[in-house]
Amino acid sequence: MLAYTLKRLLAGIITVWFIATATFMAMHMVPGDPLMNDKAVTAEIRKNLEIKYGLDKPVTEQYFIFMGNMLRGDFGISFTQQNRRVNDIIRDHFPVSATLGLLAIFFAATGGIIWGALTALYRNRLPDIIIMFLVILGISVPSFVFAALGQLLLVNINGLLGFSLIPVAGWGTFSHMLMPSLVLGLGTMALLTRLMRSSMLEVVNEDYIKTAKAKGLSPLRIFFKHQLRNAILPVITILGPSIAAITTGGFVVELVFAIPGLGRYFVQAVQQLDYTVIMGTTVFFGAFLVLMVILVDIIYGFVDPRVRLQ
Amino acid sequence: MSDSFVPDFTPASHGQSLEHLSRPSLSYWQDAWIRLRQNTRAIISLYIVVGLALFTLAGPLLWQVDPALQDLNQISQAPSLPKRALLADPYERWQPIILDDFPSEPETDMDLTLLTAPTGVDTLGEPTTQQIRLRWNPVVGAGGYSIYRNQHVPEGLNDLGLPLATTLGGNEISYEDRLNLEQREYYYSIVPTDGFDEANSYSTIKVVPTIAITREEAIHRGLIEADSDIQIGESLSLRFHPFGTDYLGRDMLARLMQGARVSLFIGICAPFLFVLFGILYGGFAGFFGGQLDSLLMRFADFVVALPFLLFMILFKIAFGIGPGESGVLPMLIALILLGWPATARLVRGQVLQIRNNGYIDAARLLGAKNSYLIIRHILPNTMGVILVTLTFAVPGAIFTEAFLSFIGMGVAPPTPSWGSMCNEGVKTMLSHPHELIFPALFISVTVLAFNLLGDGLTEALDSRMRSR
Amino acid sequence: MKNCLAMLLLLSFSGPIWAQNKATSVNFETQTITIALTQEPPQLNGMKATDQVSILILSHVMEGLTRYDRRGNIVPGVAERWEINDKDATFWLREDALWSDGEPVTAHDFVFAWRNALKPETASEYAFILYPLLNGEAINKGEMDAARLGVEAIDDRTLHIRFERPTGYFDKLTAFVTYFPARQNFFESRDQRFGADATDLLYNGPFQISQWVHSASLRMTKNPYYWDRSNITLNAINADYITADTRSRLNLFIDGKIVSTELDGETYKDALTQRFRIRRFTTGTVFFLEYNHRDNRITRNLNLRRAIQHVFDPDEMVNKVLATPGNLPGKSLFPVWLKGKHDKFRQEYRAPEAPLDLNQARQYLAQAKAELGLATLPPLVLLVGDSPTAAKQAEYLQGKLKATLGLDIKIDIQTFKQRLAKMTAGEFDIVAAGWGPDFDDVMTFGDLLTSWNLNNRGRYNNPAYDEQVRIAMNSADPAVRMDAMGKVQQIVFDDAVILPQYEQGVIYLLHPALRGVVRRVVGADPDYTYAQVIELDQKD
Repeated sequence: MLAYTLKRLLAGIITVWFIATATFMAMHMVPGDPLMNDKAVTAEIRKNLEIKYGLDKPVTEQYFIFMGNMLRGDFGISFTQQNRRVNDIIRDHFPVSATLGLLAIFFAATGGIIWGALTALYRNRLPDIIIMFLVILGISVPSFVFAALGQLLLVNINGLLGFSLIPVAGWGTFSHMLMPSLVLGLGTMALLTRLMRSSMLEVVNEDYIKTAKAKGLSPLRIFFKHQLRNAILPVITILGPSIAAITTGGFVVELVFAIPGLGRYFVQAVQQLDYTVIMGTTVFFGAFLVLMVILVDIIYGFVDPRVRLQ
Repeated sequence: MSDSFVPDFTPASHGQSLEHLSRPSLSYWQDAWIRLRQNTRAIISLYIVVGLALFTLAGPLLWQVDPALQDLNQISQAPSLPKRALLADPYERWQPIILDDFPSEPETDMDLTLLTAPTGVDTLGEPTTQQIRLRWNPVVGAGGYSIYRNQHVPEGLNDLGLPLATTLGGNEISYEDRLNLEQREYYYSIVPTDGFDEANSYSTIKVVPTIAITREEAIHRGLIEADSDIQIGESLSLRFHPFGTDYLGRDMLARLMQGARVSLFIGICAPFLFVLFGILYGGFAGFFGGQLDSLLMRFADFVVALPFLLFMILFKIAFGIGPGESGVLPMLIALILLGWPATARLVRGQVLQIRNNGYIDAARLLGAKNSYLIIRHILPNTMGVILVTLTFAVPGAIFTEAFLSFIGMGVAPPTPSWGSMCNEGVKTMLSHPHELIFPALFISVTVLAFNLLGDGLTEALDSRMRSR
Repeated sequence: MKNCLAMLLLLSFSGPIWAQNKATSVNFETQTITIALTQEPPQLNGMKATDQVSILILSHVMEGLTRYDRRGNIVPGVAERWEINDKDATFWLREDALWSDGEPVTAHDFVFAWRNALKPETASEYAFILYPLLNGEAINKGEMDAARLGVEAIDDRTLHIRFERPTGYFDKLTAFVTYFPARQNFFESRDQRFGADATDLLYNGPFQISQWVHSASLRMTKNPYYWDRSNITLNAINADYITADTRSRLNLFIDGKIVSTELDGETYKDALTQRFRIRRFTTGTVFFLEYNHRDNRITRNLNLRRAIQHVFDPDEMVNKVLATPGNLPGKSLFPVWLKGKHDKFRQEYRAPEAPLDLNQARQYLAQAKAELGLATLPPLVLLVGDSPTAAKQAEYLQGKLKATLGLDIKIDIQTFKQRLAKMTAGEFDIVAAGWGPDFDDVMTFGDLLTSWNLNNRGRYNNPAYDEQVRIAMNSADPAVRMDAMGKVQQIVFDDAVILPQYEQGVIYLLHPALRGVVRRVVGADPDYTYAQVIELDQKD
């Protein structure tokens, strides 16, 4: 197990290196640069800026300088927010996105597992049809619609009650987190429901389930001891990258609910071509993703003993 | 194969073959096909798919309306019966009424409470959706007038509605409103000011404009013939918009039909292709395991971690899509190149689970080659997971396409697609929900079709589901 | 759970007007208000700030030699009085102008700040606003040392300035953020991090920043050292929400969490149903289409531009496409609010208007085709940004030109930096552009299309235009300057250099208990400096 983990970590580092390199190259190939702005500056000033930020050097040299800095853990200073170091940006905002993301995954996972199991157990009966209808609605409607509707719902609830029960935007307390994480997790919840359903359907008809029923085990016991463990593998497969994706893709939710997360920086950095922030966030998320995948693969082995990874 | 009747317990004789097959032996795939044909869900999905195909292909032939034709007098109309419009003269610039014999501002500082509500508020000419002109009597001591417009009767100073404008002097006693006029009730309120602040009095008038259309426009839209002798002031029937119009007055139905082409093409091709690629990739990785598996999966991680927007911009430039051109094929390629890892990962997980099953070993002992194992045993058992990803890939591709057309990839305006119509519709979600509901509905229907097809296929293909 | 959610979501569709919720955005006893910002301020170093949010914050926490009053007139700030001549100017600073650490604001602080802003290493995008100072431009180009700038502290409270050319409106310039003072020893003690956090700034304005949590909130409290503190009523302004989403801010306003928000074409309808009082304000920015005048472009042809000029109806654009009140149809490079000699500039120099004449336009088009030697014109590329309003306006134009002139327009949507790159490289036929005023004088618009202005992306080059601008720049006589600008306006029309579309207006909501908020075209907008929370009776 330890050797396996170490091997995976090494592979992960190499993957992150590839990610950084590819992103660096792509970034410099795209037209425009962080120094361009609405108000044009004179050629002299631009030259000075380039020298100050090291953008006058050839790209390969910039690459090696960047790599050197990255190995020391220094991602430089943001171009758009000129007094903030990228490390500080990540350190300040990632915990927010992570909390939001984890809570969203929690909703998505519990919801997905429960609804999915219900649809499989009550196949073709009313609960199945209703839930599947909601799932389809959930994936056919874009997430920004849900964010807007969710916020509107809160406004109406507060208006109805006459005081602010749940804050409609902002960050700080647990009640700030409720609606945004729910909205954020909806898409994944729909996916997990569907996955759970299809894998449960396969399991439900297996012989060992019939045996268990014949033995007289209660349905709940059957569910937790047999069905869940066998059906949950696809869910776990998705969960790893989902955590990473949700933490990155919280852009819309962060925008609508005024949450100071990292997702906004991620998107705005590309729009502003803020080189340092792009590299910092991409490398950080790449590492995070790789870590999650490793974790998931290890959990595989625990959940389904039949899966041997070697 | 004997047809003759053999009574029970009669000793059999040699040469008689008693075991006869009453119908041909079915292979796995043939059996699956039969089950599929009988499956209700699959049949429903078939009807839906046929319906969508007809909508996309035959629709434009039956409903011949130009999806790019803008009608600024009918912006964001909800679906309704065809409206009638008045033929009107083309709009001519109008000079406001400014009195010569009335001061434009008060000589001394006026007490705001002394400014009375203006009297004699009235419309000038026939109010139409082209313009509504108002006039009123001047108020002594006023330095100007603020004009507000609301859609219900104002209940007080805070409920006057939209602040349209403020006239610049006490002697400017008219106003022309052209702001997005629709055929509905408007309540205009005039408030006198002292040049800086508003008084606490106002007068309201109710105006309901009629839809106006000029002769040129009517001809341009094919509503009347060029040599028609219809007179100014007569009414004619406007084109019927069964699904309403969008934010520039374009027919929703025509746009939905045109958008169907792009969205269905992208929404079906892209997912199929990248799911296919994902299956091959994940299947290989899971089946062979070991170093190959590691390498392939690390590459999949690499692809997922790349910043999507950045690479899309890069693709756009790399493919050399000119400005304003529809880059559908490059977008397809881009979607495929960045979309396969999820499927690959899922398939790999399933394959890892399946390959350790007993029947795989058994088949191998019987001499099955790897390709046979994959095609005959492993793939059908991963169908469940594959079909789920396919179902989710469809709306994902449609919305990614909408997002990409935002940054200039994908279809160029004015060509619509369902996803971009959703994007536009979200902005007017609360006031004109039809702009969002219709494209979202079509996307939902498409997704439903795939979902049902997926369910039907699962029931037909998956051996574990068959034994019911 | 999901079913209940669906039910509640359906309920929310019914557009309810439930009871107003108890607002926490204003507090009468503590005189505190809560606002929202559209983005995290990127730069609180006044020498480098360029965006609206930074300017808003800086104008509340710092002060220059002069400031604006409620009606938009220049009144004394740090300077008590001043004298401006053709060649030089003198400002006398007041005694009680203090920094937030108790030290007095001296003339040396201004000298240091202005020199620093002009240094090429600082790379300030607004350095050009300091060019009226003697040697300002040369220093900014690196040709001279900053010590030779035409500004000198005669003593702690007297500032003497020498001009490059007569600048009668200099007192208006000194209210702008780039002219704000900075104390040298504090600046240097911060070692490159000046303006990075709340503790990295000294404040001499009505407020000071008490807390700054990046991307989350920014709180300002009344500055006890401000010389005019007896006239400041508010004790705290808390920017507790940072989001660019207009609907989100409207929801915050409805929920009683912020005092003000702007409405756009869609959210105003919700505001109407909620029965809020909507206010209107013209922001002063002019939006226009800029043609590419480079040699290889079709848009270089005057008749083509004239043809478009005679079919484009800015009234229709403002009323049907933008569809929010407050926007004015664009008629000229110069907006309506600019002051002229005695009255408004546009009243003294009427903007020429092209009649909407389809036949005339078609004739111009035919002439253009003949001159270019083309039977049909190739599609024109219209470069726009990726904002949703930009796409809508572009589509409108596309439909219009196709329907009237049969011209094909290809819409080129580009994200921010790519669009800038294309604009600089000249890869467009028409680009959608806008220009906001930096200071309250005609010159801020007048020199936009000169051949030396880098912001003249279309590379329009007309010696007659340049000459008029030079005349205006080198004279202090208002009559001469305004006449020159009037001629500039005429040239812009005759040559159809740009196609004015609209002058931007906004509609917004303001909490009824908050009075004294000033909206400005130039400077801090909205300005809460002299605002106060009043007590409302229970009927809201």
